[in-house]
Formats: sequence, structure tokens, C-alpha cells
Amino acid sequence: MTGLPAQVIPVFSGTECSPDDPLCWSWVTGNWSSVLAPALVQHVYITLIAVVAGLVISLAAALFAFSRDWFATGFGGLSTLLYTFPSLAFFIAFVPITGISLTTIEIGLTSYTLLLLFRNALTGLRTVPRNAIEAAEGMGLTPAQILFRIRFPLALPSIMAGVRVATVTVISLATVAAAVAPLGLGKPIFDAIHTLFDTELVATGILTILLALVADAVVLGIRWAVTPWLRAAR
Amino acid sequence: MTATPEPRTPDRPPADIVFDHVVKRYPGQETPAIDDLSLTVRAGETCCLVGPSGGGKTTAMKLVNRLIDFDSGDITIGGRSIRSVDVTSLRRDIGYVIQQVGLFPHMTIAANIAVIPNLLGWSGDRIRARTDELLDLVRLDRAFAKRYPAQLSGGQQQRVGLARALAVDPPVMLMDEPFGALDPITRTEIQDEFLNLESEIDKTVIFVTHDIDEAIKMGDRIAVLRQGGVLAQYGTADGLLAHPADDYVADFVGADRGLKRLSLRTMREIVAPDGLPDDGSGPSVDADASLRIGLSTLFAAGTDSVRVTDGDRVLGRVSLAQLQGAVSGSTV
Ligand SMILES: Nc1ncnc2c1ncn2[C@@H]1O[C@H](COP(=O)(O)OP(=O)(O)O)[C@@H](O)[C@H]1O
Ligand SMILES: [Mg+2]
Repeated sequence: MTGLPAQVIPVFSGTECSPDDPLCWSWVTGNWSSVLAPALVQHVYITLIAVVAGLVISLAAALFAFSRDWFATGFGGLSTLLYTFPSLAFFIAFVPITGISLTTIEIGLTSYTLLLLFRNALTGLRTVPRNAIEAAEGMGLTPAQILFRIRFPLALPSIMAGVRVATVTVISLATVAAAVAPLGLGKPIFDAIHTLFDTELVATGILTILLALVADAVVLGIRWAVTPWLRAAR
Repeated sequence: MTATPEPRTPDRPPADIVFDHVVKRYPGQETPAIDDLSLTVRAGETCCLVGPSGGGKTTAMKLVNRLIDFDSGDITIGGRSIRSVDVTSLRRDIGYVIQQVGLFPHMTIAANIAVIPNLLGWSGDRIRARTDELLDLVRLDRAFAKRYPAQLSGGQQQRVGLARALAVDPPVMLMDEPFGALDPITRTEIQDEFLNLESEIDKTVIFVTHDIDEAIKMGDRIAVLRQGGVLAQYGTADGLLAHPADDYVADFVGADRGLKRLSLRTMREIVAPDGLPDDGSGPSVDADASLRIGLSTLFAAGTDSVRVTDGDRVLGRVSLAQLQGAVSGSTV
């Protein structure tokens, strides 16, 4: 790897940590504010940007595709294609265009969310109770009003299910993206891989898992908030 | 449950609905679903469309709000062809109630009722007042306003369906087997309430049902369709029962049509003040009971006459011969 910052060997001299210790707590506390916390914060916004961008693009595409089968087929095909590219190759492919940058990472990560988010959104828009749609038509709602006022909210459970999987996927994929641009929790992982020091690897790995769990809980919370009718007990 | 709402005068007078030689043929089908249908539903009346399954009842009804477009002929509401009106505003002037109700699951009851008022830009205060008024009208507690459809029973959901259809006080209502999915007790209850409500709100109603008894109960007039969407007979319940146009209609209204006619009149109508003297004996029936109930009471007791009471008052006695005379006459 060229072009990376010089410091690829983590500083563990000066601590009482042995390289063989799988998780040396004093390293974690000593490097929390300098290494782990900044990487965690970066990882959170890398994920947020990718999921929000993916969601905005997918929702717009799904709403547009709803009554245009050609577009549904086209966009579905494109997102499937993007999804099948090996992730690392995909990140690297954009380096000549967008450089070693956050943009490169976000393009890759966002592309990966599209298939899932688009499919779920479109399925959600299409699978609403027929009776509700018939009533809506009979009452004199226009097709656009039916789409935005009836179909879209009723698609939220399906959309949020997509967001859930997409978020967790992006959190893990974003660690791989650090091989291209040294950002997020992937950076300490890649740094540590080149060394014999396990603690940095293990601590960052655990942190990534915790982030995924917390993010999942947050998405569930959002789903809970936007679908009040689902929890209305009989 | 809330108190009986005040009768209200409609903002918009009812309009008549005229089918004029209407033909509807679905693509790829040999025979039309609606064949040369001509029918006038008078302003303020309820027309029950009855017929066999697949007879074209739903199709005929959906032609009116243009959920289905006819091929030839014309349909007018209040003298205006439905094709000359913007389809969205046409539909907003027509209350639409279907068997499966079709409430919007993600909206509260209040929000369901307010959908069209919202689109029409009514103020929040006006919508709230109207929602309360409608919940009263369909006999739902106002506390239901904040609930979601899944929290309601089938009967309660259909009351909301009715309220939603009535929200902007449309002059015309289309109802497709609206009470068909309800259990018999709830159905009877909601039928009675709709009859009551209909007398307060003056609407032109097309009410589809496959149940001739429901048609007799709900309709001012009944249109009997036969297979292929052909009108077999159109008339009052009593007219159909007394003079079915042909064997098909006779068969459709039932071999017990003589008994059915008994349901159309009450004991009060035939008890004569100077009739049989009351000897204070035997069974009694309420004056507002149907002749059918009167006959049944009489048979059950094995007597040949029955007392008719109105509260504590005895109005007189009705004999078997009187009951017979009431239905064997050509029309009521
Ligand atoms: N969308 C449709 N496409 C093709 N044929 C239809 C459609 N809807 C109804 N039909 C046919 O039209 C006829 C009348 O149907 P319908 O109006 O639903 O009858 P009913 O409500 O009296 O049961 C039936 O033969 C039915 O199969
Ligand atoms: Mg039908």
C-alpha cells in the first residue's frame, strides 16, 4: 500500500502490554481517544452517509418505478449488477476517478445498499391490501395521492426491514473499505493486521460488532416510531 | 354508545342516477357483463341491485363512479353525464362502501374519515367537528377516533367505512354488499341503523346484495339482474313479490314470497280500531311488529286471532283472515 499515512505500526511500546495478550485493557484505555473513538465516529458517519444516500436514491427510484415496469426492470438489473461486484474490487475501481477518498468509499457502499433497499421499497409499495387501494380509488384519490398517502406509509415496514439489513451490511463492508482509504474502524484493523499485536485487532473487532448491534437497535427504534399502527394492540 | 344524533339537512340535495342503454363488455369475453341496462334510481331512493353471483351487480355499480368504464349508452347523475365530469371530482361526490371495507390500516379512525376532507382543504376544526358528528351518526363512541382499524371488530370497521363514505356529505352512495361479511346479529343491527340513518340523510343509494331478503329490507326499489347483466325486473319489493315478471324472478324472490310480503307491513297498519273486540285473552304482539311476526305468534299460540298492543294500550285484535287478506290483495 502506498500513499497511506506513515504510521502503520501501532504504538504499543511504552505500555505493559504483551503482543500475545489477546485484549490488553490498558492499551484500549490508553488509545481510546487517540485511535478508537475517532475511528468509531468516522465509521458511524461513513455508514450514515451510505445508508441515507442509498435510501434516498432507492426510495426515489422505487416511487418512480412503481408505475413504470421498464424502469423497475432497469434499475433492478443495475442494482443487482452492482451488488454482484466483489466489494474490494469495486472500491479500487473508483480510485482512479475519485481518488483515495471518502467519496470512493461512499460510492461503493451506497451501491451495495441499492439492491436491498430498492427491492424492499418496491415490494412494499406493491403489496398493500387490495381493498384499501380499491376504496382509495373509489373515494377519488388520484394515483399520486394513493402512492404517497397510502402505498408509501404501508411500505414502511418493508422499507425499514431493508434499512436494517443494509445498515449492518454497510457497517461490516465499511471495514473492508479501509483497505482503499484509511477511514473508520477498518483503519486500526488493517494497521494491526501488519503487526503481531492482537489487542488492537480484537478491540476494534469488538467495537465494530457493538456498533452493528447498537445500529440495529436504533433502526428498530426508528421502525417502531414510524409504524405506530403495527403496535396498536387489539 | 352516544345519544341519537340530531337529524341534519343535507348540504347537497340528492340526485337521480339514470342508466341509459348501458353496455359493458370485458375484453376477451364473449358476452357482455352488462347488457343494455336502462334504469332510473330516483333522487333520495335506495335501489337494491340483486342477482346471481357473476350477474354483473358489482360491474353495474362500478360503472357509476367510473372504476369501470362502459362501452356504450350513458349514465347520468342529476342530469349530467358522468363522462362530462372530471373523474376525481365525480368520485368525491359519491360515497363508496365495499364489503371488505378497505380502511387504511396505517391511519387512525379519525384520519381515515378525514382523508377526503383533508384533500379538500377543510380546516382542522371543521374536520374534527365533522368526525365527531359522523361517529355519532354511525353509533361509534368518539373514543374510537384515535384507534387503528386493526383494533376494531368487523362491524365497527364497517361503521367507520360508512362514516368515511359520508364524510363530505355526497349526494350519491354506492354500496357493494356492505354488510355481507358480518355475522347475522351485527348485520341486522347495522342494517337497521343504516335504514334509520338513511331517513336522516337524504341520499340516492345503489346497494348491491345477493340476498333478496336484504334487498327487500333495504331497498325502496329492487333491480333484479339475471346472468349476463340483463335487467329482469325493476320495481318495489311488494311489486316484485306480488307480480314477479317471470319464472326467473319468481324463483329468485323465493317460493315463500307470500310470506315475504308479510314482512313488508306492520300490525299497526292492518289493525282496525273497529275490528274484533278485545276479549283480553290470547297472545299479543307489538304494533310495530311485522305481519310475519304476527302470523308466527298466532300460529305458535294456536289461536285464530292476536292482540295488537302499543305499550300498555291494546289497539285491537287481528285475525288470521285479516292477515291473509293483507297479502293476497294485489298490491299494498
Ligand atoms: N375485471 C374483470 N375482467 C373480466 N371479467 C370480469 C371482471 N370483473 C367481472 N368480470 C366478469 O363479469 C361478470 C360480472 O361480474 P360482477 O359484476 O363481479 O358480478 P356480481 O357482482 O354480480 O357477482 C362475471 O362473469 C365476471 O366474471
Ligand atoms: Mg359482486
